[in-house]
Amino acid sequence: MSKARVATIWLDGCSGCHMSFLDMDEALLDIAEKIDLVYSPYVDIKEFPSDVDVTLVEGAVSSREDLEKIQKVRENSNLVIAFGDCAVTGNVPAMRNSFPLESVFERAYKENVTVQETVPTETVPELFEKVRPVHEVINVDLHMQGCPPPAETIKYALTEILEGRTPELTDKTRFGK
Amino acid sequence: MASRTKVKTLTIDGKRVGARGDATILEVAREHDVYIPTLCFLEGLRPNGGCRMCIVEIEGSNKLQPSCVTQVYEGMEVHTDSERIQNYRKKILQLIFSERNHVCSVCVSNGNCELQDTAQKLGMDHVEYPYLYPHMEVDATHDRFAVDHNRCIMCTRCVRVCEGVEGAYTWDIANRGINAKVITDLNQDWGDSETCTSCGKCVQVCPTGALFEKGKAVAEMKKTRQFLPYLSVMREEEE
Amino acid sequence: MTREELQEIAENELEAREELDHLIFVCNAASCQSSQGLQLIESLKSGIEEKELGDTVEVKGAGCMGLCAAGPLVLIEPDGILYTQVKPEDAGEILNHLESEAVERLKTDLEMPFFGKQVKIVLENSGKIDPEKIEDYIAMEGYTALNRVITEMSPGEVIDVISDSGLRGRGGAGYPTGLKWSTVGIAEDVQKYVVCNADEGDPGAFMDRSVLESDPHRVLEGMAIAGYAVGADKGYIYVRAEYPLAIERLREAIKRARRLNLLGNNIFGSQFSFNLEIRLGAGAFVCGEETALLASIEGRQGRPRPRPPYPAEYGLWGHPTLINNVETFANVAPIIRNGAEWFASIGTENSKGTKVFAMAGSINNTGLIEVPMGITLRDIIYDLGGGLPEDLKFKAVQTGGPSGGCVPEEHLDMPVDYESLKEVGTMMGSGGMIVVDASSDMVSDVAKYFVEFCKSESCGKCVPCRVGTAQMYDLLDKISKDEATQRDLDLLVDLCDVVRNTSLCGLGQAAPQPVLSTLEYFKEDYDAHLQKATDKLTHAVQREE
Repeated sequence: MSKARVATIWLDGCSGCHMSFLDMDEALLDIAEKIDLVYSPYVDIKEFPSDVDVTLVEGAVSSREDLEKIQKVRENSNLVIAFGDCAVTGNVPAMRNSFPLESVFERAYKENVTVQETVPTETVPELFEKVRPVHEVINVDLHMQGCPPPAETIKYALTEILEGRTPELTDKTRFGK
Repeated sequence: MASRTKVKTLTIDGKRVGARGDATILEVAREHDVYIPTLCFLEGLRPNGGCRMCIVEIEGSNKLQPSCVTQVYEGMEVHTDSERIQNYRKKILQLIFSERNHVCSVCVSNGNCELQDTAQKLGMDHVEYPYLYPHMEVDATHDRFAVDHNRCIMCTRCVRVCEGVEGAYTWDIANRGINAKVITDLNQDWGDSETCTSCGKCVQVCPTGALFEKGKAVAEMKKTRQFLPYLSVMREEEE
Repeated sequence: MTREELQEIAENELEAREELDHLIFVCNAASCQSSQGLQLIESLKSGIEEKELGDTVEVKGAGCMGLCAAGPLVLIEPDGILYTQVKPEDAGEILNHLESEAVERLKTDLEMPFFGKQVKIVLENSGKIDPEKIEDYIAMEGYTALNRVITEMSPGEVIDVISDSGLRGRGGAGYPTGLKWSTVGIAEDVQKYVVCNADEGDPGAFMDRSVLESDPHRVLEGMAIAGYAVGADKGYIYVRAEYPLAIERLREAIKRARRLNLLGNNIFGSQFSFNLEIRLGAGAFVCGEETALLASIEGRQGRPRPRPPYPAEYGLWGHPTLINNVETFANVAPIIRNGAEWFASIGTENSKGTKVFAMAGSINNTGLIEVPMGITLRDIIYDLGGGLPEDLKFKAVQTGGPSGGCVPEEHLDMPVDYESLKEVGTMMGSGGMIVVDASSDMVSDVAKYFVEFCKSESCGKCVPCRVGTAQMYDLLDKISKDEATQRDLDLLVDLCDVVRNTSLCGLGQAAPQPVLSTLEYFKEDYDAHLQKATDKLTHAVQREE
């Protein structure tokens, strides 16, 4: 049996979901038997490959870069999983949505710094007015809630998917967990 | 009044049950362990019928009725869990989540929240509607409590417990539609309220992290609601 | 007060009129007042004084004559001459021509379909009596119906007449009035109430305002008859504060009726007492919903509660309460006077009598009409309404206000009645009728407009209406700005279903209607916006490349 081509990616998030993934500990070895990790912050691959079976997406869509990334993910993945609350709801990154972008910049680049009080305009991607959950931008096949989703849940979900079943996640995680 | 209290027989999800004539569908359902989700309803408070989570189908009527206020009648056939109902409940719940800023991961009531529980119970794993992200305030002027309007779902339990149980009438609703919000006195800071007795009942009945005790960190705010049925029973005995 | 005394007042008034050579009625309802109607009355009066015509000519302020677009209107009786767009400075010329040929440049053809095709029951006195004088109303057989029910009929008989007449609620939903009355009638309680819903709030609708401004006693008489029929001795008129003239005239009417003991205790010397009070709304559309209206009368916030229990069983302060709309009550006295069969002979199988419509939008004869049920929309728009202004092409007619829908050209020949309108996705509603021309975009000019209205008028009590209408508005806004995708449109359709089926009261339940109906008949308007959005995106991508 050929191994499933799995990718993970992070957009606007804290990488906590990826940490939780690693929290699977020795179960990672079982998973590794079944998958090829073809793209991930865990590995050093620069370009998102084609023909990916499953992609786990951590984080919300905050910038033009996020948007381009996620569109590429969608084009090249069979199954896209919104991985954790930021991807599912916008969560903490979206807390800035109640404020105008300008005041967010003020806060981040001027009020809270001691040197170089300037809002960067070059070499950084364009920040969107509103942070959006992934499914508002592309079609998402599975939503895995949690902040972060527990390692057990990630393991269960992946195993189920690799076995060709649809995981039933509602009793295994929730918003904020 | 005798005729009203006569026992009625009805079916809930095909099961034949008997009920007091003045009982509501929700009461009868709970007596018979039929789960109907509720958010604005709380035993001991005047029912409100606003959250629409407890809607049910009644044979012979194409209108969905809130079970918390709908009285049973003889021969009534109630369906509490049809696909149609499940679909609507999930979507109403999504609307609630989309309305304000419910960021569970940083909420004092994370893990002890009726809204969160209901989402899990109904299998609502994401919100299809765009989040509205309104700019809402936090009023922390009271000595012991605070209100975070970001987490409020406008169930009005605080309003009803304050007027109906405490009798202080501190809480009320200002504005209408999407701009409606709960207020203390005439929209003054809670800390300046002359009517508030600081009894804390509003905090305890609040289903989410909107009303909380100060000094609680994320996931620390656990609510105690046992006092409400207790008070109701004691007061009924007094009467 | 006795029947004889009532008759005497009527005779005196009619005799006084006989003695005059000319009686000049000038519309002084709100719309004509806004175009110098009151100044016109003043200059006619001073003209009469100057010319010393005081013994033979009298000027009366009268209610609405219907053709609001051409106000102020002046009617000269007994000659039957109607002048339109009369200015205060025209007074002299009009007075000079009383005994000769009419003033040609001001004269309007009373034979034109606008007048000829109307059947007036509710508006029979409008424009023909001084709404501020009870004697005028009495001269038109006013209060004889009340006298008859009190002295000759049992409450049950009154309800039977109303039931047999086939009258249905004119507030919009069309519930059989007789059935409502009998439900309140058989309810057992020592205290019952009659409430008149005069919280007319649909954009473009001004039927009830006009009735109250033109013939307030008709409503009072209808309410008193209802009170007698259902066993209520207390009534409330809930009228919106935005209608100051209607309120003023109602106050005056109640005062005068009470003075003549046509309201108050032991009316016509009988055991029947009926006292009326006015309650003013504070600008909430939702207070037209009956349970919200009752809450507002009770002094609470105007928010609806779930029904059942219906107000007929559990209304004001928990007592059985009859709630009817202004136009419904205005039909009652004529039905009693002329009989149920007379009323039932007008209209269609299931919709009896007449309906008052307020015509607005892209139509020549903006104004108020009363037509028999069953008339076609085409007749209303093209005959009575005089069609659209020359350069405009018909697109749709919007009926039923924010709860209604749009009727396209293909359905214009359908008879106007409760059921037919419902079948094509709109409703009778309270009688607002807005003609939309081809230059309008159904997404932003109709759907978005009405959803914005519902959003801002939602009371906020129930989730689907509070949040759902806000979400619907955002989606419509996005579509109208050419920024939406098919996903947004799908979400909108889905939301319409949720809001319609799960909202607590009629406001929310009907709020999706303007969207659904424009989607049904004018999907191309939505598609055009989606296409533009796609084009915008493609262009942007091309530019980048």
